[in-house]
Amino acid sequence: MVRYIGRRLLQMIPVFLGATLLIYAMVFALPGDPIQALGGERGLSPAVADQIRAQFNLDQPFFIQYLLYLKGILTLDFGNSFSGQPVIDVVARAFPVTFKIAIMALIFESVLGIGVGLVAGLRKGGIFDASVLVVSLIVIAVPTFVIGFVVQFTFGVKLGWFPPTVGGDTSFESLLMPAAVLGAVSFAYVLRLTRTSVSENLTADYVRTATAKGLSRGRVVQVHVLRNSLIPVVTFLGADLGALMGGAIVTEAIFNVPGVGGTLYQAIIRGEPTTVVTFVTILVIVYIVGNLLVDLLYAVLDPRIRYV
Amino acid sequence: MSESVNPVRKDLDGAATTTQRPSQAHFVADPSETPLAVVDKVNENEAPSSLWGDAWRDLRGRALFWVSAVLILLVLAVAFFPSLFTSVDPEFCELRNSLGEPQAGHPFGFDRQGCDVYSRVIYGARASVTVGMLTTLGVVILGATIGAIAGFYGGWFDTILSRVTDIFFAIPLVLAAIVLGQVFQDGKTVMNVVAVLTVFGWPQVARITRGAVLSVKNNDFITAAKALGASKLETLVRHVVPNAAAPIIVVATVSLGTFIVAEATLSFLGIGLPQSVLSWGHDISTAQTSLRTNASVLFYPSAALAITVLSFIMMGDAVRDALDPKARKR
Repeated sequence: MVRYIGRRLLQMIPVFLGATLLIYAMVFALPGDPIQALGGERGLSPAVADQIRAQFNLDQPFFIQYLLYLKGILTLDFGNSFSGQPVIDVVARAFPVTFKIAIMALIFESVLGIGVGLVAGLRKGGIFDASVLVVSLIVIAVPTFVIGFVVQFTFGVKLGWFPPTVGGDTSFESLLMPAAVLGAVSFAYVLRLTRTSVSENLTADYVRTATAKGLSRGRVVQVHVLRNSLIPVVTFLGADLGALMGGAIVTEAIFNVPGVGGTLYQAIIRGEPTTVVTFVTILVIVYIVGNLLVDLLYAVLDPRIRYV
Repeated sequence: MSESVNPVRKDLDGAATTTQRPSQAHFVADPSETPLAVVDKVNENEAPSSLWGDAWRDLRGRALFWVSAVLILLVLAVAFFPSLFTSVDPEFCELRNSLGEPQAGHPFGFDRQGCDVYSRVIYGARASVTVGMLTTLGVVILGATIGAIAGFYGGWFDTILSRVTDIFFAIPLVLAAIVLGQVFQDGKTVMNVVAVLTVFGWPQVARITRGAVLSVKNNDFITAAKALGASKLETLVRHVVPNAAAPIIVVATVSLGTFIVAEATLSFLGIGLPQSVLSWGHDISTAQTSLRTNASVLFYPSAALAITVLSFIMMGDAVRDALDPKARKR
């Protein structure tokens, strides 16, 4: 078990290096001169511009810049943003908000998705099943930002149940609506996965055995059907945490959430390698760790799976 | 055919006459006289049933397939020949019509700039469908090649290609597209958007192809091809890939819809297609400001987008069910 986790963590290193290099190269290739842009319309004097370039290592060739950045990361120095703030402070401000929304979305989609999917899978072919399938298809097909507008307008503006935008108030209640919108598409996927998986497992031999030895319907469904049906769902949910945090950019734009999306977008527009690379790297790490957790959860759900 | 004598039975008969009492012989009926004859009857002239033949027969009986096929054909017709569906110029806008109600010749009304919504919905199809189809094509070519090579050759190829796939998989599509979109800032075209989505969209196809190739490559017919002297590349191209194609086709159909949504999302964020290209994404994005006064301006392009995406997802679902013998209706 420990060796397995160790090996997986070692495998993270090339992915981490590759992802940072890729993002660094893309930010490096951005057109325009970010330092001159800092000076606004009047521009900077060449001496000042050179000094700022040297401060951010922008006068070095690409690979030296990248290696200097890596060296900084290894000593836990993530560099400064162009406005002089340490990037780590920017991270500390933006990530907790997005993380909160992503976790809320994850809870929302897993509880509702597995619940509704289970009921639909148990009664496959019924009215409930058919209508749930249609709704899930519509949710997948309509882009998130359209769902966002409609939900914001209906529940935020017209009915006034929730604050229409988040702004500085990142309380549970004001994040509820963005989290639901963020998790909507994944909810539909979780629902469909659970439904297919449950209806497939219902006809499995071990379910017939469990029924034959006299277990109640509830126990058969809970212990035998649901537990075995959860493996593909858990796989999806683990990979989804990273996707939710990275994909929150649209939802955050609609509901004006001061999270990762907005900060990252601004940093990309400014061409600020330190901030962009650090943010994306953290997202990549969240994604990799999410996948690792999923693999470890397999062993809990299915005792036949063991890691050596 | 029924006259072809079963050699095993002949033996049995012979045995029966020699070692058993003659009266017992009639207990073994000639198979051509029993109901088994119907079961055993094989039309030797018929082409052998194949996965694709079975799938097609199964698909023909599915309502879902026909509904999605008709919708896809309709969307394609609208995308390639928009002038067949409307004679109104989508770029002709008059401010006095701003947010106007529907009227004769303008069934969906007007947007904030006074442009005809119906005609904009019709002409917007081309951009979405083009981006969706070209991206899917690119993603399948790139992803299937990488996945097939990784799965078939194994070893170091597999290790390196799988890690590269992981790297691209880990970076969120929209984020990568924003950064790359900035690189193409000046002179952005439809092809730029396709390129951006392809570069970060292929890992899923690569993973699925790799899995399918891994499960196919240990089959007996692959060993047979090798024994007959087929080279590695020939085996891969002629025997492995065609047999691993089913899951790739399914994921390609479903992701076509996803790429259309991704394009709309990029256009919504202002980094997708240039403003000069008519697209549903732009129209939805600009309709945001008119939502409180005239919601139909937002509704029609969104509905068009949703129906297009839906038809491709339903087609993918139908094909998946048809190709999966376990899920096949009996």
